[in-house]
Amino acid sequence: MAQSKTFDYMPATPGDLPVDHDDPLHGELLKLNMGPQHPATHGVLRLQMVLDGETIVSCDPVVGYLHRGKEKSAESLGWRKFFPHTDRLDYVQPLMNNIAYARALETLADIEVPERAQELRVLLMEISRIMAHLIYLGTTAIDLGAVALFFMTFTEREKIYELLDAYTGHRMNNTYIRMGGVYADIDEAMAAEIRAFIDAFPAKVDEFEAMLTGNAIWYGRNRDVGILTREDCLDLGLSGPNLRGCGEEWDLRKSEPYCGYETYDFEVPVGTVGDCYDRYLVRIEEMRQSARICIQALDRLDASKGGEFLLEDRRYVLPPRSAVHSSMEELIHQFKIVTDMRLPKGTAYSSLESSKGELGFLLASDGSAQPLRCHVRAPGLLNVQAIPRVAEGRLFSDMVAIIGSLDFVMGEVDR
Amino acid sequence: MTTLERLAAILPADSYVESPARDGILTLQMEVDALTEVLPRLAPEAGFETITLVTAIDHMDANGEVRGPRFEVHYQFLSLEHSDRVRLILRVDEDTPAPTATGAFAGAAFMERECFDMFGIRFDGHENLRRLLMPEGFEHHPLRKDFPHRGIEPDKLYNQWNRERGGAPS
Amino acid sequence: MGSLIESNLGSDDAGFFATRMDSLVNWGRKNSLWPMPLGLSCCGIELMAMIGPKFDLARFGAEAARFSPRQCDLMIVAGTLTWKMAEAARTIYDQMPDPKWVLAMGVCASSGGMYDSYAVVQGVDMILPVDIYVPGCPPRPDAVIDAILKLQKKIERESPTRELFSPSERDEAGTGQFSMAPNQALPRGSGGQKA
Repeated sequence: MAQSKTFDYMPATPGDLPVDHDDPLHGELLKLNMGPQHPATHGVLRLQMVLDGETIVSCDPVVGYLHRGKEKSAESLGWRKFFPHTDRLDYVQPLMNNIAYARALETLADIEVPERAQELRVLLMEISRIMAHLIYLGTTAIDLGAVALFFMTFTEREKIYELLDAYTGHRMNNTYIRMGGVYADIDEAMAAEIRAFIDAFPAKVDEFEAMLTGNAIWYGRNRDVGILTREDCLDLGLSGPNLRGCGEEWDLRKSEPYCGYETYDFEVPVGTVGDCYDRYLVRIEEMRQSARICIQALDRLDASKGGEFLLEDRRYVLPPRSAVHSSMEELIHQFKIVTDMRLPKGTAYSSLESSKGELGFLLASDGSAQPLRCHVRAPGLLNVQAIPRVAEGRLFSDMVAIIGSLDFVMGEVDR
Repeated sequence: MTTLERLAAILPADSYVESPARDGILTLQMEVDALTEVLPRLAPEAGFETITLVTAIDHMDANGEVRGPRFEVHYQFLSLEHSDRVRLILRVDEDTPAPTATGAFAGAAFMERECFDMFGIRFDGHENLRRLLMPEGFEHHPLRKDFPHRGIEPDKLYNQWNRERGGAPS
Repeated sequence: MGSLIESNLGSDDAGFFATRMDSLVNWGRKNSLWPMPLGLSCCGIELMAMIGPKFDLARFGAEAARFSPRQCDLMIVAGTLTWKMAEAARTIYDQMPDPKWVLAMGVCASSGGMYDSYAVVQGVDMILPVDIYVPGCPPRPDAVIDAILKLQKKIERESPTRELFSPSERDEAGTGQFSMAPNQALPRGSGGQKA
């Protein structure tokens, strides 16, 4: 199956066992609300906890503080106008969500994306994966006290933002993907800049690792914390690095390849124990592998210069502006697509491997211009659901490590 | 064995109808009883170790009419071992509860709560069927087709919110 | 309105002492605006980028981005406010001690943004008084810094000593009647008076 790198399990010193309730020190239980506004909940998540001293007896996550009614909006907006809404689902990796939605539309309409567009999409997906993992690293590190990591990872993110700003016109929430390809092609200068960044990136990952991986405090706070076994993960429906942390080699890029991933040369890291430390190692290695894929994508883009970046299917893809102003048929196509683009009747589900797990879209069409149903299968929702399973019985200070390592973004949890 | 063969081995012969879908995932339409029986058997016997999706589609049209039971509940499962998926769908109306998958897959809990919140579909056997995304006291089910996308009487909601707090913000 | 103190303060020929005190207090306030980041969604990421090394909000005095409202001056509502979250946001605003200012970052906070739906508050000014709005989805960190600089100019025009002697009328309860049109929730009174 997939080539994988397993990390040797280093046993931690035992301690932090659940407390004995016959002890007269345990009088009352404390109800603590880690409210929707909190620096360490990674968004507007509310955790209603019952504590016995420092031990978490029970934990109930309350979500919905960022529920914006996207799925309902899709039903009145129509297929094309929903693209900006997809950016803002998992807002740390906007292009990945765009591509997931575009792929679902292409599955429903049964159209194929040209090769150069696929290579561009792979490049953008892997850059998004790097962006998302940098946020994970920066925010989890600062929550656990390693403040310098926040500034270091955000410096790298700023560099990516500058690249995306130059290419797509906006730093984040780019909405640069269309059904049938990518909005505009990449030129040599832009590709060279991206290559320069990616070439320098693995050295930066080494810097991050040098600060954390061998660090006794980081190890002590993450090793044996939040253990999710394979049975737990499959029971809870987890995917992505949370599933791979326990040793299961499941990555949609290898198992159900899309966008040509079967032709790229990369490894999928897996952990051993399934604790926060393993998930951290998995994500660090994924960043390196993403950089590796980016280089291959850039090489292919250099080779396929002049290829199509958007399918020329006038049922779904807008014609170029100059053609609209000079040709009658193209004007009619433009009008038809903008006002009344219909997709064939039926249901389609399409998913891809996002930085948090399996991101999927279930689209149901009744043949009209508005979706009958547009459902986002968000991996973050299941990651939040996993919190009580791993936090109950642990100390309260482990909660911050657990929240960080399960890695969810409330935009996609709540939609 | 193909996906259909693995499922046919655990399902009674006339309890499912193969339904076409545009994504290549095997889709079987079933009834409540057959589905309730097969859900615990999917993981151990048919190799579908994990659940990926529980959601619903409202088939009421713009005129408020519906042909047949209104909601189409989807359960989607994934087999890592065989690398394939299956989708089991079920048509229920507003009063019929759907079977819960939480007995076999704990991960269905939030997704079923979301279905209840958004559509009002009850899941028989779910221990904790509360609203997930909307506030506790919300009285409607937003994703139903007869609920307007801007909400019901928005002015009234805003006025009520401010009256409870003693006036407009200052 | 006929006392000697009131007629001297806040008018064009206001007392020399009062205007100098105003300038001093305003200078101190505007250069130490400690933000209370209410990072709700995507704008929260740009807020983090603004506090980060490249754009560095700390240069303008906003060094201590504390997450406890009791220690903050400027509440930056960054992201979409939903009705479920509205109560929490209002509580946080109420917990902030005076003087306090609110910056609505992004179109979602300014007007509900692209979400004209059942769950989203159509502009944070429906439940909070906003001092400055920053459009953008999300606005560039430069834009928010520009907004904070404009807010600093607005703070310069305030007259805190007048507050000392004649508290503003803003605290009187509104009627509770409230329509959906934006900006109607803004308090009456000219710029320069602070509650």
